[in-house]
Amino acid sequence: MADTTQTAGHGPGSGSHSGGDPSRRDFIYLAAAATGVVGAAVTVWPFIDSLNPAADTLALASTDVDLAPVQVGQSITVTWRGKPVFIRHRTPEEIKSATDVNVSELRDPQKDADRREEAGMAGGRRHLHPPGLHPAGAEEFRSPRRVRRLVLPLPWFGLRHIRPHPQGSRAA
Amino acid sequence: MAHGPSSSFKNPVVNWLDQRLPIFTMIQKEYGVFPTPRNFNYFWNFGAIAMIMLVTMIVSGIVLAMHYTPNTNLAFNSVERIMRDVNFGWLIRYIHMNGASFFFIAVYIHIFRGLYYGSYKKPRELLWIIGVVIFLLMMATAFMGYVLPWGQMSFWGATVITNLFSALPLVGQDIVTLLWGGFSVDNPTLNRFFALHYLLPFVIAAVVFLHVAALHVTGSNNPLGVEPKGPQDTLPFHPYYTVKDSFGTVVYLAIFAAFVFYAPNFFGEPDNYIQANPMVTPPHIVPEWYFLPYYAILRSITFDISIPFTGLKLIEAKLGGVIAMFGSIAILFILPWLDTSPVRSARFRPIFKKGILAFLVAFFLLMYVGAQTADAAWHLGGLEIPLVYVGQFATLVYFGFFLSLPFVGLIEKPLPLPASIAKPVLGGGASAAGATAKPMEKA
Amino acid sequence: MRRLRSLILAGLVAVAAAAPAVASEEMEYPKNEWSHGGVTRGFSNIFGTFDRKALQRGFQVYKEVCSACHSMNLLSYRNLAALGYNEAEITAIAAGYDMTDGPNDEGEMFTRKGVPADHFKAPFPNEKAAAAANGGKAPPDLSLIVKARKGGEDYIVALLTGFEPAPAGFTVPSGGNYNKAFPGHVIAMPPPLSDGGVTFADGTKATVEQQAKDVATFLAWAAEPNLEARHQMGLKVMIFLIVLAGILYAAKRAVWADQH
Repeated sequence: MADTTQTAGHGPGSGSHSGGDPSRRDFIYLAAAATGVVGAAVTVWPFIDSLNPAADTLALASTDVDLAPVQVGQSITVTWRGKPVFIRHRTPEEIKSATDVNVSELRDPQKDADRREEAGMAGGRRHLHPPGLHPAGAEEFRSPRRVRRLVLPLPWFGLRHIRPHPQGSRAA
Repeated sequence: MAHGPSSSFKNPVVNWLDQRLPIFTMIQKEYGVFPTPRNFNYFWNFGAIAMIMLVTMIVSGIVLAMHYTPNTNLAFNSVERIMRDVNFGWLIRYIHMNGASFFFIAVYIHIFRGLYYGSYKKPRELLWIIGVVIFLLMMATAFMGYVLPWGQMSFWGATVITNLFSALPLVGQDIVTLLWGGFSVDNPTLNRFFALHYLLPFVIAAVVFLHVAALHVTGSNNPLGVEPKGPQDTLPFHPYYTVKDSFGTVVYLAIFAAFVFYAPNFFGEPDNYIQANPMVTPPHIVPEWYFLPYYAILRSITFDISIPFTGLKLIEAKLGGVIAMFGSIAILFILPWLDTSPVRSARFRPIFKKGILAFLVAFFLLMYVGAQTADAAWHLGGLEIPLVYVGQFATLVYFGFFLSLPFVGLIEKPLPLPASIAKPVLGGGASAAGATAKPMEKA
Repeated sequence: MRRLRSLILAGLVAVAAAAPAVASEEMEYPKNEWSHGGVTRGFSNIFGTFDRKALQRGFQVYKEVCSACHSMNLLSYRNLAALGYNEAEITAIAAGYDMTDGPNDEGEMFTRKGVPADHFKAPFPNEKAAAAANGGKAPPDLSLIVKARKGGEDYIVALLTGFEPAPAGFTVPSGGNYNKAFPGHVIAMPPPLSDGGVTFADGTKATVEQQAKDVATFLAWAAEPNLEARHQMGLKVMIFLIVLAGILYAAKRAVWADQH
């Protein structure tokens, strides 16, 4: 077709060299499509990531609890990550019954000492319970609430995040 | 019953789907082979650009809504939490904030293009009217969206604009109370504005669908304003205009991105970074830039309209301003019937072209006047020109342009029109002459 | 096309030419150099980053001077990490403040040490208290002040260095102070800064102007903490879009080649 165009920027011959070679043309289409798809894919990420916990939420993801005022035999409840955490300062009898238990009978066969370690007990006397462990009637407990048999599946969260911390117990 | 042969796509899955719901046939017909005038200039990109901006606004808006709290005590801080703590929240908020401006820029250019090339004329009157409806819905949505951050300008802008309805006779004050859900712009107002701001974009999307459907009945206008007379005048939409629209859109997005990343508060008012305070009125209440021309028209009516020599007041200044402001948009609805010229494109209409230049200058003047304080004035040498006069003059030009169209159509001598679109492109070759002779009916 | 373009240009020029005639009525502030480019100045420095040293000095000025009257409610101590403080330093800064928390199990409010997640401690419990203690007008919160005032950082500097004796014939009402940068020139705030009023740890000489510029930098960061992330991402996005536009232009030329 004749190049007598009125549109600026399309001088004679400009079309023939850019559009003449079919393989070159296919490459341009492919490059345009690929770049566009990559751009669209990358653009999606900020929108998805905005749904992740925000900085202020993350700033509250760890909390310090002062355990000093908790007396032997006393339980306190603190809120952490939107859920209650039950902290009990066990009596010597409770500790004894916990250490005497035959771990092989338990669903989670772990020694009390190891559990205390994991639960981050400064002084080895306090026990942090995640809430999933004692909805009444759902499980059978033996002091201090070791699970022997599950009636309902156990939501297993929280406890593994509790680590020893110099100022007390820090859930992080 | 078999509709099989109508679908003949290579991909068997596509074929299976299309035989049951012919969406691929539809896409192929409306966006694949759709015959489109071959002579579009880059002004014809702005429909597609506006569409992309609408999608951008809906997507960014939905994500923002997930973090926003529509309560007068919490709204301002929830927006600042988005800006500071939410991952990429600043990006999404700035996209939405500047997206509103760039949506309006695209739509203003789109409207101006329709005006300049006579796209509102028969048989596209309804297409144009649906477009004006979209524009009105956009303004309502943008107005309510600007209230949501609950800054000083949000609050006082909402107060000024909702108060306009009090100018209506008899029911005015009741309407304002109904809009507010109380005795001032307050929490109930914020809640309903949020609900409507979330709803209206989807209404816009639905009306845009009608706009496109109507477009595909009449086909597009073009810079010559001459209907395509045959296949030599058109090109299939794909790939010619898909690639051209894509290019134009990406260039537009690049300009948009430059503002989002390097001048995100360019279109904003500092006062909206102050939390709303009903006890403190800002010294200078201004709406967003895209409302400024109408705001200036509103403020230009500073006089009561009375019956001469009787002192009988017909319309109070305030009501007059409101009527003029709404009239400045409403006049677009009757534009197809105001313009009596059979010629579409301003390219062939010498008087209309001068008129549209005057209209454009008046529009920008009004935008400028709307941004100034009510008592501002120009000082040219020793001469002081109050801006309210400038606004009144520009208002006169604004309405004068539309109202003179019936007469312009009668007295104007249009330049000779080309026989067809292909003819000027082909330089009057034999093929063009042959083509025009063919009685081709466009589907 | 060309006619249309000149037509639009004519419209824009007409408005632009008219604009300066009234602009002079608005107050102008001397423009300073900002390494971050200025939060409210568009396109000023697309590579701009905050001067960390100035940020820390500015925070010191806020902490030792401004915070006596002005809150910064939108900021938390954890945000100070952006100024270059480490976790221990931030914990120590936060612990320097007593925070009211509660109610506890007895229903009482109690006082505890601040933690990094806490918002900046406000000097007054509420706005009414702030107003009552400051002659009826509460000192504005400074979290967004740079974005909330025309002139941004430059306005802050002009204001803080703008205290001077009132010109002859100008009566300053009691409880007010003359300031050449403040709209109306009468400000309730007494001159807050003095030469040597703070002692900078890095040995920078604490002139009033130095303190004003540093605290303006700090307030600019407070108003727009994501400025650096914005500048960095912007560069990548712009490069990508320009490349994509280039490829699409080539594609457009290739597609349209047989039509010209």
